[in-house]
Amino acid sequence: MSLSLEDVSRIARLSRIAVTADELAATQNQLNRILHLIDEMRAVDTTGIEPMAHAQDVFLRLRDDAATAPDRRAAFQAVAPAVENGLYLVPKVIE
Amino acid sequence: MKWEVVIGLEVHTQLTTQSKIFSGASTAFGAAPNTQTAVVDIALPGALPVMNKAAVDKAIQFGLAIGAKINQKSVFARKNYFYPDLPKGYQISQFELPVVEGGAITINVDGVEKVINLTRAHLEEDAGKSVHEDFHGMSGIDLNRAGTPLLEIVSEPEMRSWQEAVAYAKALYSLVTWIGICDGNMQEGSFRCDVNVSVRPEGQQEFGTRREIKNLNSFKFMEQAIKYEVNWQIGEIEEGRKIQQATILFDPDTGETRMMRSKEDAHDYRYFPDPDLPPLVIADEWIERVKATLPELPVAMQARFQSQYGIPAYDATTLTSSKEMAAFFEAVVAAGADAKLASNWIMGDVSATLNREEKTIAESPVSAEALALLIKRVMDNTINNKTAKDVLKKMWESGDSADTIIERDGLKQETDTGAIEAIVDAVLAANPKAIEEYRSGKEKALNALVGQVMKGSGGKANPGMALELLKKKVG
Repeated sequence: MSLSLEDVSRIARLSRIAVTADELAATQNQLNRILHLIDEMRAVDTTGIEPMAHAQDVFLRLRDDAATAPDRRAAFQAVAPAVENGLYLVPKVIE
Repeated sequence: MKWEVVIGLEVHTQLTTQSKIFSGASTAFGAAPNTQTAVVDIALPGALPVMNKAAVDKAIQFGLAIGAKINQKSVFARKNYFYPDLPKGYQISQFELPVVEGGAITINVDGVEKVINLTRAHLEEDAGKSVHEDFHGMSGIDLNRAGTPLLEIVSEPEMRSWQEAVAYAKALYSLVTWIGICDGNMQEGSFRCDVNVSVRPEGQQEFGTRREIKNLNSFKFMEQAIKYEVNWQIGEIEEGRKIQQATILFDPDTGETRMMRSKEDAHDYRYFPDPDLPPLVIADEWIERVKATLPELPVAMQARFQSQYGIPAYDATTLTSSKEMAAFFEAVVAAGADAKLASNWIMGDVSATLNREEKTIAESPVSAEALALLIKRVMDNTINNKTAKDVLKKMWESGDSADTIIERDGLKQETDTGAIEAIVDAVLAANPKAIEEYRSGKEKALNALVGQVMKGSGGKANPGMALELLKKKVG
């Protein structure tokens, strides 16, 4: 499997990563090398082996349902670029 | 051409937990903005999610209630998209291996039962809220809701009309509130429906192109939105245009649907397993433990009501429309009222009055015991049915018991034959024509006179006794 230049621009756009026209070919080359590595791994016969969802063979840790987190709004908002009436302010978004 | 409508639903139910799905922040509704957020919810770098056990409990409860498969191993995945109310840049959800798979819900439309199969139900976190008032050309973000646990319940596209879709949504609503995994507060967004709608010529196998109506938070809006959308789609196709896959919004003010985004710029979510969360493993013992805490489900209770109390299927279904109503009915019967009479009163005057006052049965000013006493006074002929309705009204307003009101207002049924006899005589004297008709074989002629006797007695005569006396005098 390999990616076209259009695929690379689309993925960059979806990831909100600015890839300039100059960088596009190099990025394509790097991504394709990763995909090539995946192709090699895919070639291994894994019949009968259960796919892993996580690199470590561990289970999800669970906690009891209790509201324990204190209100730390003032501390959190102290490092936010813009706040008003307790809200974080962001550039206007209307779909 | 005859068109067939195809509908599938995705319902987001907010789970009734104290804390968020991956953090210890409170989920209580209505707090001041951003006061219920932990480091995970605002996505501070390095903060790691820790799963809330109660959210899993509730997903298992739901799976058991719909006869679904509970996956022993399920996986959390990242659904990637950018929006300011989602600070991590992805929503933690489930993709390939959801916690619940399959199951079914039976709906009833105009007496016809239909089984709607479910595809899956998966756990995920809610996003925050954007406040689009103008803050100097900026938007405000409140992350209190971010991380609230949701169970997204996905049906197969098996509904064929808006009636079926609404019946399914209502059945699902009553189930999740019945088992207590969701508080059902639709105004606060606890139960939000996305409806996928398409149309196809009747007899065609393939589905038409669907459009998804997002975020409907009332059954009324759902009905309006589907009706409008179906008409719109049929109109488009009949005029030779093609339906484009799209996400749309329903505007309750205009009653119309409008495009939110088309498929071209639809999100490509690039799901992948979340490396922060290893697989969720649910052992059989866990499932058994949850099963033991599950309340009697509506379907089982309906069957029991029919066999135990001898009431009709219709009554059993209506009385089990909510857990509170079912409990109220059982309390009335336990306090000595006849089951069918109790059912009639609850489905009739009590429900009508509650509806009028926009109250739930839990808020009824007349308790189950008080209603039972009123019904017992009808059963032992102290008052007739018509008087009982007036007594209920007075009980409702004053909070007094049936006995107090009957005594105070002198409503006790007249069982003194002599007193009624005098009234009967007077009524007969005034209606020679009715007597003639009755004697010539028209049995019902006297029934009309019962009302006059009742009126003459100020409503206190026993109608059965009045008719007996009328017949005796004429015959």
